[in-house]
Amino acid sequence: MKEQLAQIRAAAEQAIVKADSVPELDTLRVRFFGKKGELTSVLKQMGGLSAEMRPVIGQLANETREYIESQIEIARARLEEIALTSRLAAEKIDVTIPGTPQPLGHKHPMSIVLDEALSIFVGMGYKVVEGPEVEYDYYNFEALNIPRDHPARDTQDTFYITDNVLLRTQTSSVQIRHMEKNKPPIKIVSPGRVFRSDEIDATHSPLFHQIEGLVVDKGVTMGDLKGTLEVFAKRLYGEQARARFRPHHFQFTEPSAEMDIMCFNCQGKGCRLCKNEGWIEVLGAGLVHPKVLEICGIDPDVYSGFAFGIGLERITMRRYGIKDIRLFYENDLRFLKQFQGVM
Amino acid sequence: MVLSYKWLSEFVNIDVSPEEFADSMTMSGSKVEAVHELGGEIQNVVVGKIESVAKHPNADKLSVCMIDVGNNTVQVVTGATNVKAGDSVPVALDGSTLPGGVKINAGKLRGIDSFGMLCSINELGLTKNNLPDADEDGILILDGEAKPGTDIRTILGLDDIAFEFEITSNRPDCMSVIGLAREAAATFGKEFKAHTPEVRESDEPAENHLSVSVEDPDLCPRYTARMVCDVKIEPSPKWMRERLHASGIRPINNIVDITNYVMLEYGQPMHAFDYRLLGAGRIVVRRAKDGEKITTIDEREHTLNKDMLVIADESLPVAVAGVMGGSNSEIGEDTNTVVFESACFKAASVRNTSRALGLRTDSSARFEKGLDAENALPALERACELVESLGAGRVLKGVIDVKSYTYSERVIPFDPKRINALLGTDIDSEKMKEILKPLGFSFGDGIIGIPSFRADIECTADIAEEVARLYGYNNIESTPLRGENTQGGYDKNRLFEKSIGATSRALGFSECFTYSFINPAFYDRLMLPEGSNLRKYISIRNPLGDETSAMRTTLIPSMLEVISKNISSRNMTARFYELGRVYLPKLSPDGEADLNRLPDENAMYILGSYGKGNDFYTLKGALETLFKTLLIADVEFEPASHLPYHPGRCAKISSGDLTLGVIGEIHPKVLSCFDIDIPVYLADLSVEALMNAVQPELEYKPLPKFPAITRDIALVCDINLPVSRLEKCIRSCSTGILEDIVLFDVYTGGQVEKDKKSVAFSLTLRSPDHTLRDDEADAFINKALLALKDSYGALLRE
Repeated sequence: MKEQLAQIRAAAEQAIVKADSVPELDTLRVRFFGKKGELTSVLKQMGGLSAEMRPVIGQLANETREYIESQIEIARARLEEIALTSRLAAEKIDVTIPGTPQPLGHKHPMSIVLDEALSIFVGMGYKVVEGPEVEYDYYNFEALNIPRDHPARDTQDTFYITDNVLLRTQTSSVQIRHMEKNKPPIKIVSPGRVFRSDEIDATHSPLFHQIEGLVVDKGVTMGDLKGTLEVFAKRLYGEQARARFRPHHFQFTEPSAEMDIMCFNCQGKGCRLCKNEGWIEVLGAGLVHPKVLEICGIDPDVYSGFAFGIGLERITMRRYGIKDIRLFYENDLRFLKQFQGVM
Repeated sequence: MVLSYKWLSEFVNIDVSPEEFADSMTMSGSKVEAVHELGGEIQNVVVGKIESVAKHPNADKLSVCMIDVGNNTVQVVTGATNVKAGDSVPVALDGSTLPGGVKINAGKLRGIDSFGMLCSINELGLTKNNLPDADEDGILILDGEAKPGTDIRTILGLDDIAFEFEITSNRPDCMSVIGLAREAAATFGKEFKAHTPEVRESDEPAENHLSVSVEDPDLCPRYTARMVCDVKIEPSPKWMRERLHASGIRPINNIVDITNYVMLEYGQPMHAFDYRLLGAGRIVVRRAKDGEKITTIDEREHTLNKDMLVIADESLPVAVAGVMGGSNSEIGEDTNTVVFESACFKAASVRNTSRALGLRTDSSARFEKGLDAENALPALERACELVESLGAGRVLKGVIDVKSYTYSERVIPFDPKRINALLGTDIDSEKMKEILKPLGFSFGDGIIGIPSFRADIECTADIAEEVARLYGYNNIESTPLRGENTQGGYDKNRLFEKSIGATSRALGFSECFTYSFINPAFYDRLMLPEGSNLRKYISIRNPLGDETSAMRTTLIPSMLEVISKNISSRNMTARFYELGRVYLPKLSPDGEADLNRLPDENAMYILGSYGKGNDFYTLKGALETLFKTLLIADVEFEPASHLPYHPGRCAKISSGDLTLGVIGEIHPKVLSCFDIDIPVYLADLSVEALMNAVQPELEYKPLPKFPAITRDIALVCDINLPVSRLEKCIRSCSTGILEDIVLFDVYTGGQVEKDKKSVAFSLTLRSPDHTLRDDEADAFINKALLALKDSYGALLRE
């Protein structure tokens, strides 16, 4: 029987090596271990052995079985690996074929820049508030120290509904509305639409957007205004952005300033982009005029504050190199598709 | 305001480059918009002395000149007939440039070498106004003293620089050479050289010939006048013409030029009347009579009204005060007696008159900002001093000065501590005084005196600005904001709109920004019924045009316009959204728009789609996804039928009691009004309603422990029955085991009767506390089928 087992073992080895598919291995398993399998038949003869021989042969038979089984498993693993490799080879695709398009909408460039600007101020502790676009003369002019007959309120510039109702020309109206209802400390930004009766051309639109800012507290200074807006400029335009402040005049701030950013194109040397000035004006600002504080019931001897107004179209045009403001309101998909904002 | 660098140098010595001057002035508050080198376009043009003129051998109309141009002699061929040997002329040398980008190079003219060109005044960019003696058609003959080789720009006064300033409305005093010189002196720490005009005057008193009465002192606080006899009208001298030219003013004649010169120098508009044309030697300053007429010197006739101030003689207006003179009293060639006016008119009145008449002049531009009445007299004196120095006439004795106020210097407390507190600086009070004195401020005990020309200075904040701008805004240390920490954040609306926007984009919709005002004709194009509230809109009283005159009450027309434009740009498929406001007027008791109250400004959200891959159901699907992300549940779409939508493809969207909006395909007639010929799908929703429909905070539900049973049922029902009714009916039968219901097929056609359709639902049934048994599921299905049959005649499909 020893010989028989040795033969079976040799036959199995040979057959396993020859097998070249997993089903063939299964057939071999039956051939050796099935009910009528070769090894099974040998085991069936065990009953005729002597008591001494039985354990010897028994052990030998078990060893033979384990050996064959392990060989089958090794062969199976090898064959499966081969099969997988060839399947994968057959499944190869051209990964350079474009992906299946999924719908994707685009964020308007002004929204992208607006959201960025707001998040900068929110991060500095500002609240975002809004106000009406159709506004009383009082909030748009009177309370901002722009009395009747002041040149700044030419009918040329303002859209009127009635003598007392108009389309706001500046988001500064929100300053008044907010101060009327809130006590210092005040720290707000207020984005929104404003209207001026400018004929439409590449740099003028009868409707545009501003971001108003207002801070009122004890001891607020011009230095604070500068510090705040410099941080804003760096966050919006990058650490290399350089800002300068120029005296200017607004009826509702005193002192008043305009902030310029050094032209990115020429680094201040002067080029076509900055009209040879080397600097590009981005916003108007100043300390809140004491008369304005007083009108809103805030004591200008105790409190001071600063305010600023940023032109959204202007900073967006700067940001993307857009030369014509009309593109913002035409909403041509070929234009919109060029922009993407995540949030 | 255009400032001549040479003129400025009469009042202050500035020794920096024009660029540095412009930069420093800008940074101290007088913004320079542009710097023009006056003769900048003229290069390499010099004085030449003609040595000889010979006939051109090959051309009758040309001559050949030998010209001394300083360091050598050049040959120039010219067609000019007014030159002879010994004349000095401008010579554009080889490689020179002239105004308008003209380049002059050496060349041959009919075979003879020519190394340049002789120039006329036109070729140098000038006119007879600049050089009255020049021959308009011929070569400019210079006076003989000019040295050959000298740059022509120095000879013609074109070696000047013109600075264009943007003067803010609070600083009318800076619309003058003196005002800017004072600023320059303060900016550069130089001395301001003031000039006090002196008039010698003759013995004959002016008051014998002229009387002035101011009938409306509220509009004219001061009126000063002087008379000049024996006037000889002629061109003003070269230096004056050059100054005016550099400042952008056309020289006319000595008297007119003097008024302009003084206006530029002092910032005080002046007027000169021909005395002969003033009836009875009387000047009356009064309000015009309604309907009174005047023809101004630009030959336009204006009808005046009683709100306008005029200068009149005993009967007729001779000038619109502060705006423009009348042609009936204009200075002419034969004028021999002149009345100079230097007055102060009320800003608002000049501004309103100028606007009403459509007349904006250098004079009105100054008056409407509010001028210093104290400046009127010095300006008048300066004009008469110039008359005398030019020999233009004999100034009569005495000034007529009618004023209705008494001047006293205004003072406010000088509070260096507060100034430093506002600026965040630590500037010494003596340093502040040093900064302020050159600007005209004076100091007393704890007070600061404000010069008459600084009406804009009213309080300590104004003084702080003066200190800051000369100290240098950029020298103020920037500080991060101190003080109490505040909690920043977005308002609820903006956060909500941000999530709507983000989801819209994820679903393929691109964001639009459109105008808030629309063409009122759009309300008709939407075919809105008469009396629809959407037709009650706010109209702008002074719109740019009709097409932007109505505040929108709906975003629909704006979206249709966007779509129409995109289709015409051949963007053949697109999805858009806009988050914008509509303006719904408050209604008066008679139901009309009440324009005197502020409207409701409601935030709206609109979606629009067209082209391949878009139909009603894709848009509806997008909305359903949106509702999921916004946590809006139980949304119902009920068939609706109203314009501007397709009557059979429109649904009202609601959640509970809240109407969220409308979705539908746009009516083809409406589309054609917007030049659109393919189907367009819109959904128009109220942001506020959406916000109110948001479910309260979510609560976690445990995952199911027991298996579900799925049952599909196909029903046959009337073809017009909305499937949502069937679904609702099934849901109403639930005993708590109906977990989900999904419509998976709607079929009409051969397999079902005409006028019927087959609708198939897949139901998921589950019990929370045990494994659902088939008999329980059957019981529910049977109950549902019974209800469907009873309510809608819907039967289980065989």
